[in-house]
Amino acid sequence: MARTLQRSHPLQSYESAFAALPEGISVKAEPYLSMTDLRLPEDVDGPLGKALPREPGGWVSTADGLIVWLGPDEWLVLSGSRGPGELEADLRDLARPNQGSAVDVSAQRISLRVRGRHARDLLSGGCSIDLHPSVFQNGRSAQTTLGLTGVVLLALGADGDDFRILVRSSFAGYLAEWLVDAATEYR
Amino acid sequence: MQLIHCPWCGPREEVEFHYGGQAHIAYPEYPSALSDESWAHYVFFRDNTKGEFAERWSHSSGCRRWFNAVRDTRTYTFLKTYKIGEVAQ
Ligand SMILES: [Zn+2]
Repeated sequence: MARTLQRSHPLQSYESAFAALPEGISVKAEPYLSMTDLRLPEDVDGPLGKALPREPGGWVSTADGLIVWLGPDEWLVLSGSRGPGELEADLRDLARPNQGSAVDVSAQRISLRVRGRHARDLLSGGCSIDLHPSVFQNGRSAQTTLGLTGVVLLALGADGDDFRILVRSSFAGYLAEWLVDAATEYR
Repeated sequence: MQLIHCPWCGPREEVEFHYGGQAHIAYPEYPSALSDESWAHYVFFRDNTKGEFAERWSHSSGCRRWFNAVRDTRTYTFLKTYKIGEVAQ
């Protein structure tokens, strides 16, 4: 009989550890998102150019996901409804006339949502970015290190208690361990 | 820890960066016309400045862009950073 590979999430086994986190900290592995790395010339204009966050460390939400600034000519486009191939094809059509490129990187990272009144203190323990809501609020992002792994950190909301972390799938287990361990002091 | 000012991301910790050697070394206009010795000089020979030194750095854990910096090699102080294509002010 043929055996079919079951699709699984790298953080499936951490569900119970996340559920047992102290009050004031919530960590949830988010469902898979399609992600495409978009490269375009810095001076790209038109509807596509206007839709992109141009300020370093910015992100904007779109109809079905978000777009994160990764560099002066590079963006990460995430979609919750379009499949990886579809998203890549859509963006490739937009990128081609602008001498750009679009590459599917959906398998590269997974998304974690960290919330709660201790969320900022928790992340600050392993991250040198100033996460205070006066400078890092909804619409701001940072590519940096958290613990010993590289992450894309997104601020949601205006109160500094809601973050999304994009981390490489192969480092997700490490980061989950780090978060659970760092949370013990808030027990 | 020393902070390095990425021209795009702003001040970040030193560990996020990667060193890329001396800056502003022009690629030879006609590499095929160079003697082996001149080619070796282009590829391997670098200044060993004591004092202000223009260097290439990459923000490898952040935006992953290359940029230039002027650093004092005696004190490790970064005097300025600027984008590729710009001139140090
Ligand atoms: Zn940078």
